[in-house]
Amino acid sequence: MREPLRTVQLEVNGKAYTVTVPVRKTLADVLREDLQLTGTHVGCEQGVCGACTVWLDGEPVRSCLLLAVQAAGHRVTTVEALGTVDRLHPVQEAFWENHGLQCGFCTPGILMTVAAFLREHPAPSRQEIREVLAGHLCRCTGYQNIVRAVEDAARRLQARRT
Amino acid sequence: MKPPVFDYQDPASVEEAVDVLARHGAAAKVLAGGQSLVPLLNLRLARPEVVVDINRIDALDYLTEESGWLRVGARVRQRRLEREGDVRRTVPLLAEAVRFVGHPQIRNRGTVCGSLAHADPAAELPAAAVAVGARLVAHSRSGIREIPAEEFFTGPLTTALRPDELLVEARFPCTGPDWGWAFLEVSNRHGDYALCGVAAGVRARDGRVQDARLAYAGAGPVPVRLRQAEVALVEHADLEEGIRAAAAEARRVLRPDGDLHASSEFRRHLAAVLTARALRLAWSRASTCSGGAHA
Repeated sequence: MREPLRTVQLEVNGKAYTVTVPVRKTLADVLREDLQLTGTHVGCEQGVCGACTVWLDGEPVRSCLLLAVQAAGHRVTTVEALGTVDRLHPVQEAFWENHGLQCGFCTPGILMTVAAFLREHPAPSRQEIREVLAGHLCRCTGYQNIVRAVEDAARRLQARRT
Repeated sequence: MKPPVFDYQDPASVEEAVDVLARHGAAAKVLAGGQSLVPLLNLRLARPEVVVDINRIDALDYLTEESGWLRVGARVRQRRLEREGDVRRTVPLLAEAVRFVGHPQIRNRGTVCGSLAHADPAAELPAAAVAVGARLVAHSRSGIREIPAEEFFTGPLTTALRPDELLVEARFPCTGPDWGWAFLEVSNRHGDYALCGVAAGVRARDGRVQDARLAYAGAGPVPVRLRQAEVALVEHADLEEGIRAAAAEARRVLRPDGDLHASSEFRRHLAAVLTARALRLAWSRASTCSGGAHA
């Protein structure tokens, strides 16, 4: 069978891109290979590990379970838009300060989930934090410092609001 | 690229979608939220010739209450059931069960109808659908038919849907405040598939169980409804005796498969324990009889 292609317009981090891609190519792969946005990591490619989590219209989703052609007409946000090296997002600052990562492979996905989670739960309980992190596999940290980082991020975001 | 090569169609109407399904039959696969189909594509366990994406069909994006039924269109994401508070009042079991489905990132995309059509026997929504007596609406070129949930699930990942049919809606009956519902499960981690899940409902009248519903996830090839246990609850004048009889029935009848995560015997033990817990919780919600019981 020949490879069916489709040309689509994608809006990623506020920027418009026009790409011609195989219809079977996932958004994760198009972000990394066609748009060179390699902040989004690809782990299990079956929706379990959470490394590829991005926002679709502001909500965290697995970019390995979305075909790139399906993202046309929606707003995609990746970790590249969260903060910059000079100006980290408060969630990134909190991960930095609390040693909430070691190798960093799972971190982009966790940051996207946590930043969205804290919008809806500005003062989460430890239990709520653990539940939302259950959607992400981290094989280095043992999660203790990630939980601390999320608690600290909530405080930082609160302080910024007041 | 992980998925195999396929042709991609994204019709904008139900009519176009069922035309595509009529043309391609079993060679076509419907893509809704993609949280089950895309992993199968990535693993190349599914190799459809045509993927029919229904996400452009705006007409299937509705969640409405009508004449005592909650109607859930095929494009409604699971997350919407959590966010729209009314579902807690109209079909409280559904609102409770959906929170156990995967993770928020999964529920932001995954659809209610997609989970039903995928028919994983360990999944929560099929068990909830069987417990409340949902009806599934299938659309094809030859018309529309309604399938009761208990007849819809025919085997693991297998339903009564024909290859030319599209599941366009799931209908859940709204029960009154005399009914109390509970969904409980045990899993290794929050969001994992349940080792065992129980959907329970009891209707209270004059301090007795007048009617009951019990359905199980992860306890057989399809969601299992235990009628004998429901009858036992109604027949016992004493609530605790009825609950003990229902739990014993679950342990006696259910034959869950064992695997790496839990033996068959342990799952049967869980089924009995969860049956009792879920029934007590459901009873407390029924006899409270106030809208705040599920808040």
